[in-house]
Amino acid sequence: MGIAKIARRTFLIGAAAIAGGVAFGYYYTSRPWPNPLKEGLAEGEATFNPWLKISADDAITVIVPRAEMGQGVQTTLAALVAEELDVPMERLTVEHGPGSFAYYNSAMLEDGGPFPFFDESFIAETMRGVSEPLSRTLGLQVTGGSSSTRDAFDKMRKAGAAARLMLVSAAAAQWKVDAATLTTENGAVVDPASGNRLTYGALAAAAALLDAPAEPALKPKSDWKLLGKSLPRVDMVAKVTGTAQFGVDVDLPDMLYGTVRMSPRFGAKAKTVNDAEALKVPGVLKVIPIAANTGSGFGILAQNTWAAFKGAEALEIEWEDAPGFADSAAIFSALREQLAKPADFTLRDDGDVTVAFADAPREEVLEAEYQAPFLAHACMEPMNATAQWKDGKLEIWAPNQGPAILQMVCAPLVGVEARDVVVNTTFLGGGFGRRAEADFPVYAVELAKVADGRPVKVIWTREEDMRHDAYRPAAVAKARARITKGEGPLAVDMAIAAPSVIASVMKRTFPSISPMGPDKTLTEGAHDQPLKIANYRVSGHKIDLGVPVGFWRSVGNSYNGFFHETFLDEIAKASGVDPLDMRLKLMAEYPAAAGALKKVAEMSGWGRDPGTGRGLGIAHTLSFGSWVAQVAQVFDSPDGIRIEKVWCAAEIGQALDPSIIKAQMMSGIVYGLSSAMGQEITLAGGEVEQSNFSDFDAMRMNQCPQIEVEILETWHRMGGAGEPGTPPSIPAVGNAIHAATGKRLRSLPFGKEVTFA
Amino acid sequence: MELSVNGRMVDLGDDPQMPLLWALRDIGKLKGTKFGCGIAACGACTVLIDGVAVRSCITPLGDVTGAVTTIEGVGTPEVLDRVQRAWIDEQVAQCGYCQSGQIMSAVALLATNPRPSDADIDEAMSGNLCRCGTYPRIRAAIKRASGQGAA
Repeated sequence: MGIAKIARRTFLIGAAAIAGGVAFGYYYTSRPWPNPLKEGLAEGEATFNPWLKISADDAITVIVPRAEMGQGVQTTLAALVAEELDVPMERLTVEHGPGSFAYYNSAMLEDGGPFPFFDESFIAETMRGVSEPLSRTLGLQVTGGSSSTRDAFDKMRKAGAAARLMLVSAAAAQWKVDAATLTTENGAVVDPASGNRLTYGALAAAAALLDAPAEPALKPKSDWKLLGKSLPRVDMVAKVTGTAQFGVDVDLPDMLYGTVRMSPRFGAKAKTVNDAEALKVPGVLKVIPIAANTGSGFGILAQNTWAAFKGAEALEIEWEDAPGFADSAAIFSALREQLAKPADFTLRDDGDVTVAFADAPREEVLEAEYQAPFLAHACMEPMNATAQWKDGKLEIWAPNQGPAILQMVCAPLVGVEARDVVVNTTFLGGGFGRRAEADFPVYAVELAKVADGRPVKVIWTREEDMRHDAYRPAAVAKARARITKGEGPLAVDMAIAAPSVIASVMKRTFPSISPMGPDKTLTEGAHDQPLKIANYRVSGHKIDLGVPVGFWRSVGNSYNGFFHETFLDEIAKASGVDPLDMRLKLMAEYPAAAGALKKVAEMSGWGRDPGTGRGLGIAHTLSFGSWVAQVAQVFDSPDGIRIEKVWCAAEIGQALDPSIIKAQMMSGIVYGLSSAMGQEITLAGGEVEQSNFSDFDAMRMNQCPQIEVEILETWHRMGGAGEPGTPPSIPAVGNAIHAATGKRLRSLPFGKEVTFA
Repeated sequence: MELSVNGRMVDLGDDPQMPLLWALRDIGKLKGTKFGCGIAACGACTVLIDGVAVRSCITPLGDVTGAVTTIEGVGTPEVLDRVQRAWIDEQVAQCGYCQSGQIMSAVALLATNPRPSDADIDEAMSGNLCRCGTYPRIRAAIKRASGQGAA
């Protein structure tokens, strides 16, 4: 059964989202959302579309309605407008802008279906096509899925191009000349014949009244001045001078402070609480119960953050027993048991795996079991949000990845319409998927409701953040292969058990909606890889472990990339072939994958003898539209394993800002390797055992390898940059450790079995 | 309680137990210094007291006797310090949340060791966590600020 056949009897992830549209009211898919900038224009300001404001004094403001969480999105997306508007970057002011359905992300759901990125069959393309009106209907303003640039590429270039044409038309009308004879330069319209010149500011008011051209022509790539170049980041000066405004930095007149202490046991409530000592802490004003879909516990309202923290600590609470699994051993047993049950879905089923194994001689069969733990996101900025509930109006300030989600989830808490909730998005001190959740704004709203109209800034302690995450799922995989010596795999069969991220997110965020169909994130990174194996099956086994799970940088690819690429390495070594050569053979039909592998092989000198105690490991994962190959070199030093160098070749189709993309790849690698070295979230007594960076640490400067990144642009579709660096980093290092030491590490984190220097 | 912060006297409230971090942020309204962990494990809250890098999240206000320097006292967008300038030249920051603390640690390092080696940098900077993985560019920026091997 091929992928197309599977597709006919499965649903898109989007199916859940379609149901969401029903739940929140019907909208015609053709209906454009109104321009939110029309409300609240300052004197002399004109707006052309939801992405652009120009004022009479020549201030040009570009709205980048995506969360800036370090990925450089404000710079690259502003450059899309600047390129077509014909203004230099330094003339722009970049703002996140208001939360609005107009800023829906149409690329995020595009590959939400069960089709691999490389599948360009009619059915796969048709399903991608319906995702755009679906996203538009929902008005989902979300930053995720490494999709911001892909979503904005046409939209924001057209926003700049349309505005430029309107400005030219306004000048032509004023000068009574043919618009076609005019040019633009550096934020002004120029008439080469007369030498007349008017700045955009002088033309803005008249130009904004004109009809916007529906399909303005875009510059050919050969004419680009900004795109494709490494630009200075627009947020850099603020971020090195302490002046960038993160969520924790929100400061409003009359503001109060708060924190929360939520149940450490998922799904359990407080049996008893004594707040007498908490209320005695100077500066503590109130203690309130909080009951939300995301958890149950208490909010503390105070005159400063420290008082709130002390008050939270002073609460004497007896919690109910945890309704779910008590500890990690029970969780991994349950995952293994789930693998013995029939699969919930099989998104890859080529050839006939059953037949291929039926007559396999024992010596041709390779079996392995892999496991990966729950992981916290551990953003540098702990969860926080500020809310004000005054005169029937709810306003929220938060570092968040989904203003639309905040609007939908927080509106019912005070009984207003979602679109009437004002959401202000600050800089994010890390996101990694954590800030697509709605728990932190919900708790802030609950405290704002008892603050007599005053705004309340609610900051979690690091301990609260670590113990109340939407974790990367724990997962177990059983893999078997039939190998041919000197060749490679004749058959591969992988069964993966994990909780469903989509089911968990929907249950706590939109509980009225039942997600339908398979959660492709459960097996992504394994079922959707660009390999041809005669008999090839990847099946998903879904299990609810009672622990909230969420989108952790690269989602399912983060563990499946490790399972899949480690198993390929094992297959190669058991078959007596080079893991690079074997991959190139299996990927012969996928030039983008092979190209990335060949490039990284060249960069790293693959095939050389790295020297005594050293080993090289290779891996490739296609995720979020980018084909990323990596080689790691490790040294088994007397102090432990040292990751010396990582080479990365990323085929991303179209690189709009090479230096930002390289930084993202490096970031993804460090994030992945941080998890591989030592991170795990474990449970005991129904509670998360880790609490802070003391027991959930990340890679430090002295452990950071040299990282070399090359970008390839041969594929005809643009890929993402934020996440694809993470998945191959983990197996590349694991495979390198095997090469260096002979030790095969099948369980994450590696630090449980080897010491890192 | 008034303390010398960035060369001027600033009222930081009257709770000697309150960590310097929260006094600076909530009372002094100097929010460039960041909260990351509360246990001196991540370095986001690093400030200088008489030139020495200190974790302000575990330093009670009552224990502070010297002059405090925060990121706001290092330089401003208009008048940048050489370390900040190097950070910009190397385009170090991603999310940027840890960078105030990183820069404070680097300023303290360079004050005592004007030409640090890689090992010196590792030693001085490993207490400062960065979840975006900007370490290679931080190292390059410190080298650049110290006049060594700027690209």
